Amino acid sequence: MKKVYARPLWCMNCHLCEVNCIVAHSRSRDLFRAYKRENLRGTARVIVEERLPLSVAVQCRHCDDPACVAGCISGAMVKDPATGIVYCQEDKCVGCWTCVAACPYGAIQPGEKNGRPLPLKCDLCRETGEPACVAGCPNRALVWEERRAGA
Amino acid sequence: MPALSLMPPEFSIVRDENKCVKCLACVRQCGFGAQQYDAADDRLYTIDANCVNCQRCVSICPTGALTIYKNPPPLRPHAYWTENHLRNIAKQAETGGVLLTGMGNDQPFPAYFDRLLLNASQVTNPSIDPLREPMELRTYLGRRPEAGGMMEGREERQAKTRTPLVPIETPIMFSAMSYGSISHEAFTSLARAAKEFGTMFNTGEGGLPGDLYDYADHAVVQVASGRFGVHADYLNAGRIVEIKIGQGAKPGIGGHLPGEKITAAVAATRMIPEGTDALSPAPHHDIYSIEDLKQLIFTLKEATRYQKPVSVKISAVHNVAAIASGIARAGADIIAIDGFRGGTGAAPTMIRDHVGIPIELAIAAVDQRLRDEGIRNQISLVAAGGFRSSADVVKAIALGADAVYIATAALIALGCHLCQKCYTGKCSWGIATQDPYRSRRLNPEIGAERLYNLLRGWSHEIKEMLGGMGINSIESLRGNRLHLRGVGLNEVELKLLGVKHAGEAM
Repeated sequence: MKKVYARPLWCMNCHLCEVNCIVAHSRSRDLFRAYKRENLRGTARVIVEERLPLSVAVQCRHCDDPACVAGCISGAMVKDPATGIVYCQEDKCVGCWTCVAACPYGAIQPGEKNGRPLPLKCDLCRETGEPACVAGCPNRALVWEERRAGA
Repeated sequence: MPALSLMPPEFSIVRDENKCVKCLACVRQCGFGAQQYDAADDRLYTIDANCVNCQRCVSICPTGALTIYKNPPPLRPHAYWTENHLRNIAKQAETGGVLLTGMGNDQPFPAYFDRLLLNASQVTNPSIDPLREPMELRTYLGRRPEAGGMMEGREERQAKTRTPLVPIETPIMFSAMSYGSISHEAFTSLARAAKEFGTMFNTGEGGLPGDLYDYADHAVVQVASGRFGVHADYLNAGRIVEIKIGQGAKPGIGGHLPGEKITAAVAATRMIPEGTDALSPAPHHDIYSIEDLKQLIFTLKEATRYQKPVSVKISAVHNVAAIASGIARAGADIIAIDGFRGGTGAAPTMIRDHVGIPIELAIAAVDQRLRDEGIRNQISLVAAGGFRSSADVVKAIALGADAVYIATAALIALGCHLCQKCYTGKCSWGIATQDPYRSRRLNPEIGAERLYNLLRGWSHEIKEMLGGMGINSIESLRGNRLHLRGVGLNEVELKLLGVKHAGEAM
């Protein structure tokens, strides 16, 4: 499947992937409203890890055998058999955060939406097409492509 | 920094709080510490005194919340003691040092390119549509054979010492910028774009990094007074060998790359110890005359088995025509002349702003002198120093250049905003820096594309201008000063440029 891969050599630590992620997952899909009205600051599903001068955007790997799905106690976290995308069915999540603890990459953060628990994780922008973090990366440090296993 | 600064900040950063979403991209990207974040109070603020107006924060801000203003001079206006003079004196009173700066001369000297206009065909001679008809921009650089048959055996002797011509697909090459003065990423961008477009980049005086020998076929390899990175493989890998005598931004001045910029990779390329200052002497210590220059030219030709044309690059100075004549007679195949607007990674401000002459006058003078002496046809003339557009290129070629070197324009294509702080090594755009945190901002994939686009755009425009003049080859424009007219130039200037005034007929 097509996944998002980071190219740490060209990550310049601007964190604009986080901004674009937040906007893409906002109700309004508008930069100002997402931050100013919906208060979504800090809810990015991609996190730039820094050990300067190196930095790299970390997000869900959409594993073949996802630990978060196996660990989910309510059956909210699923892997779409057709697309391979791992995502959370928001209405089923009970906020136990087993997924957060289980993820070997630290790619899931606990969050909330409208007073309900919501694991913040990359869903490859499955509703809109190309992942917003990739489209908005100013230095092509993120790519969305098909790679062979182990490549 | 002294306890009391005598000068107010030069720039002021204004943040529109209504737009700012506190993503902190500006803070992370500012190379000069002007953008700050106080986590305890979740507050962004600026230190205006640190701002150099490089526009990195403005460009990266996703909401367009930032604007940088020139601080309105709170100093009393004075036509003679300008703000620049006051700032410079205050700075020197603090440091006692020589004023340093980067990029090219920024003073309001006349730009002759802006006083020259091009011709176009009407009625009596047809103009050409370059989209429908072939239009040749390919240019050959190097020494042409002299008229043969006059003396016995002359052809044969010439053939032994004749270097091959080098074709370039557009009369625009990238000028010398050394690895060390610019980042590996910027250097790679230039090399890739030159190879893709079929033109040349120039290694500058810092050698060619080992991983870029794949691009060496499109490299002008420089031999400068410091001889950094010069070895037999380097000379033989390049397509043209260039002896750097002078640089337009700092004629008569050597170079000094501070030890902080000499990283392990730069040191290996330059063949000097890591962390030591790289000092290029002002003169070549083995060149004190045209005869000495001839020795070096032929040393390099011998070292490359007469397979590489040798170029000699000088800055445009008062006696440039006579010097160029000497260079041509010393056996150079190409003469490169760098005008006073040429850029630099670091130069003393006074030298940059007050030494040298405009490239337009230098090209005209050199071309005329070589023609008068009957040797213009033998060598190629490359002009450098402040080419801002394809129109400048066309005018330079009409004045007598074979091709031009561009560097400032190339850096602007890569993101440079001419903040003139190259010498600090803090470049926010990842160009004039060796700091990996900054240099990785310039992805050579993107850089090479942008440079290629620039060459493509300019080449298209050159074809359009040629077509308008009714000529279908750049060769037909070279030294064709009848295609130029001056506006607002006095008689001396018109005579030196060899052009008629606008309104005068053929």
